[in-house]
Amino acid sequence: MTPNPYLPIDSGPIADLWLIPVLPLAGAAINGMFGRRSSKTAITTIALVFPGVAFALALWLASGFSSASAPYVFDKSVHWIRAGNFQADFAFYLDQLSLVMLLVVTGVGFLIHIYSVGYMTEDDGYYRFMSYLNLFMFFMLTLVLAKNYLLMFIGWEGVGLASYLLIGFWFTKDSAAAAGKKAFIVNRIGDFGFLIALFLIIQHFHSLDFTAVFEQVAAKPTETAGVGVLTSIGLLLMVGAAGKSAQIPLYVWLPDAMEGPTPVSALIHAATMVTAGVYMVARSHIIFERAPGALTVVAVIGTLTALFAATIGIAQTDIKKVLAYSTVSQLGYMFMACGVAAFSAGIFHLMTHAFFKGLLFLAAGSVIHGVGGEQDMRKMGGLRKYMPWTFWTMTIATFAIAGIPPLAGFFSKDEILWMAYISPHGSRVFWLIGVITAFITSFYMFRLWFMTFFGEYRGGPATHDVTHQSADAHAMHDKHDQHGHGHGEPHESPWVMLGPLVVLAILSFVGGWVGIHRGFDRFLAPVFHSQEVAHGSLATADEEAAIAALEKQELILTGVSVAAGVLGLYLAWLLYYRRRDLPDKIAARLNGLYDAVVNKYYVDELYASLFVKPLVEGSSVILWKGVDQRMIDATVNNAAREARHVSDNVRHMQSGNLRSYAGWVAAGGAAVIGYMVWMGVR
Amino acid sequence: MIPLFFYLGLSGILFVCGVLGFLIKRNIITIFMSIELMLNGVNLSFVAFAAHWHALSGQIFVFFVMVVAAAEAAVGLAIIIAVYRTRETLNVDQVNLLKL
Repeated sequence: MTPNPYLPIDSGPIADLWLIPVLPLAGAAINGMFGRRSSKTAITTIALVFPGVAFALALWLASGFSSASAPYVFDKSVHWIRAGNFQADFAFYLDQLSLVMLLVVTGVGFLIHIYSVGYMTEDDGYYRFMSYLNLFMFFMLTLVLAKNYLLMFIGWEGVGLASYLLIGFWFTKDSAAAAGKKAFIVNRIGDFGFLIALFLIIQHFHSLDFTAVFEQVAAKPTETAGVGVLTSIGLLLMVGAAGKSAQIPLYVWLPDAMEGPTPVSALIHAATMVTAGVYMVARSHIIFERAPGALTVVAVIGTLTALFAATIGIAQTDIKKVLAYSTVSQLGYMFMACGVAAFSAGIFHLMTHAFFKGLLFLAAGSVIHGVGGEQDMRKMGGLRKYMPWTFWTMTIATFAIAGIPPLAGFFSKDEILWMAYISPHGSRVFWLIGVITAFITSFYMFRLWFMTFFGEYRGGPATHDVTHQSADAHAMHDKHDQHGHGHGEPHESPWVMLGPLVVLAILSFVGGWVGIHRGFDRFLAPVFHSQEVAHGSLATADEEAAIAALEKQELILTGVSVAAGVLGLYLAWLLYYRRRDLPDKIAARLNGLYDAVVNKYYVDELYASLFVKPLVEGSSVILWKGVDQRMIDATVNNAAREARHVSDNVRHMQSGNLRSYAGWVAAGGAAVIGYMVWMGVR
Repeated sequence: MIPLFFYLGLSGILFVCGVLGFLIKRNIITIFMSIELMLNGVNLSFVAFAAHWHALSGQIFVFFVMVVAAAEAAVGLAIIIAVYRTRETLNVDQVNLLKL
C-alpha cells in the first residue's frame, strides 16, 4: 500500500507503543488464570502494576510529544489480514488525538484501579473483577491506538464485552444479569450500523487504514445536497456511536448499566468507554466534514440527548441514576460539539468530563460505601460531617460539571457553547438548548449535592442494628454495595479510595486550564487541520474591530452560561436546602409531567411494547413454534421416523439363521449374474 | 476332443450342488464341504477355459483358489472345533447368538 509517510518522533525505544495495550492484557490473563488461588496481595500487585506501567509509558510518550510532532506509526507488527490488495494489520497510530485519549484512559483508568482495590477487596470475585478491569483497559487502548477501522472495531467490541461482564458482575442478581444483556443487545444495534459503514468504506475506498481512507476522502468534494456515499458512511458511523455513547435513541442501556459495581460505572460508563463514540466521530472528522448532512444529524442528536437526559436527571432519587443520566446528557454535549465541526471542543469536554464525572462516580461510590450500601438520596443527607474528604472532592466535581469558573467543566462547556453559536455548521438553537441544559445540569447536580451532604442524616437509626458490632457490619456491607443493612454511623472511606478522589479533584480543578487561549485547540490542530484554517483566517484576515466584537460577544455568551449555572445552584439551594417542602408541592402541581419524568418518559415501556414484545412474540410464535418446530424439526423428525419404519421392516431379514443369510447371498449373486447376462444379451 | 460345453455344464452342476447343499444342510461340516464343492466347480471352469483359449492365466487362478481353499479349510475347521467345544453342537440353526 502507501509507503509510510511519517517519521517516528524518536527512532529509539518508542517502538514500545504496542506494550501499552498488551500490558493490561497480561495482567488480565495472569489474574484471570491464577487469581482464584493467589493471595489478595498478589492479585492487587498484578492488577495495579500492569496498568500502572502502561500509564507511565503513556506519560513518557507524552513528554516527547508536542503539537508539532508528526504522528507516530507502529506498523512493524503482526500481519493480520492480507487478501488481494486489501490489508488490515495489528498496527498502532499515535497522534495528538490518540495521545489525549491514551492519557485519559490510562490515567483515569489507573486511578480507578487503585480505588477498586479499596472498594472491592471484600468481594469474593475480587480477582475476577480486577481481571475484567485490566481486560477492559486492553480493549480500550486497542480502540484508541488502532491505525485502521478494523482494529478499532476489535477494541470497540472488546470494550462492549468487558462492559457486559462488569455490569453483570453480580450475576446472581437478576437485575444485574438483565442489565448486562440489555447493554450488550442495544450496543449490538449500534455495532450493526458501524459494521455496515465499514463495508461501505471497503467498497468505495478499498481499505480500512485511516491514512489511506482519509487521503481518498480528502480528495472528494463536499456533499452539499442529497445523501451521497460520505453522508451514508457518516450516518452509519453515527448509529454505531449512538449505541456505544448512549445517544437517542439507543441511550436506554446506560442507566441500567448502573447495576454494576460503582468503580465500573466510573471507569466504563462515565470516563472512558462511553466516550468511544465521540472519539470515533472525531477520528473520522474528515468524512464528517465532507458530509454536512451527517454533521447536522450528529448535532441534532447530541443536542436533543443533552436536553432530554438532563430533564430525566431532575427527578431521579437513586444517586447513581442521576449521574448516569448526567453522563448521557454530557455525552450529548460532546456530540453537539462534533456536530458543529468543533471536534477539538468535543474532545476537550471528553477529557474534562472524564475527570469530573469519574470523580463524581467515585465519590458517589464512597458515599454508598459510607452509608452501608444505600443508593437512595432520600435516605442520605448531612454526610458533610461524616465524610469531609468525600464531601470536598464531590463539591469540586459538582461545581466543575455545573460550569462554574475556574473549574474544568466551565472551560470545555463554554467552548462547546461558543462553537455551537459561531460555527458555520452551528446555530443559535443549539446554543440556546445548550444553555438550558447547562442550567438543568447545574440544578440536578446541586440537588444531589444538597440532598446528600446537607440537612440531617435520614438513613441511620431506623436500620441501625445494635446487636452487631459495627466492625462486623462494616466487613459485611463491603461485599454488596447494593444491600443496605444494619451499619451504624456513616463513616469516611479508607485512604486507598480517597487518594484517587483527591487526584481527580485536582484534575477537575485545573484540567480546564489547558483550554485557556485555545491551547487545547492548538495542540489538536494537526489532527483537525481543516479547522485550524478556519481559525487562522478568523484571526488574521478580519480587521481588529471584528475580532474585538467577536471577543465581546464571546464574553457575553460566557456570562450567560455561567449565569445559567449559578441560577441552577440558586434554585437547587432554594428547593432542597431552604424550603424543602416546596419540591413535593411542585411535583403535586405538575402531576402528569412529573410522573412522566420520574418514569423516564416511559421510553423503556415504549421500546418494550414497540420492539421487544413484537420481537419476542414473533420469535416465539412464528420462528420458534412455526418455523423451527413445525418445519425444521418436523422435517428431521419425520425423516427419522420413516427411516425407522423402513428399517424396522427390513431388519427381519437378519434372522440370525445362517442358512437364510446364505440364501440371500445366493439370491443376490443370482440377481447380479442375471442382470449381467441380460445386459450382455441385449 | 470334448467340447467346452460339457466342461462348463459339469462345472455348473457341481456349483449348483454346492449351493443347494449349503442352503439345505444343517451340519456345519457338510456346509463346509459344500463350499469346497463350489470352489472346485469354479476351478473346473477355469481349467476348461485355460485349455480352450490356450492361456495359462486360468490355471494360475486355480492354484490361487486351491491355496486360499486350503487356508480357509484350516481356519474354518479350527473355528468349527472352537464352536463345538463351546456349544456342543454342529447344527448351524442353533448357532445364532448374533441374532437381533
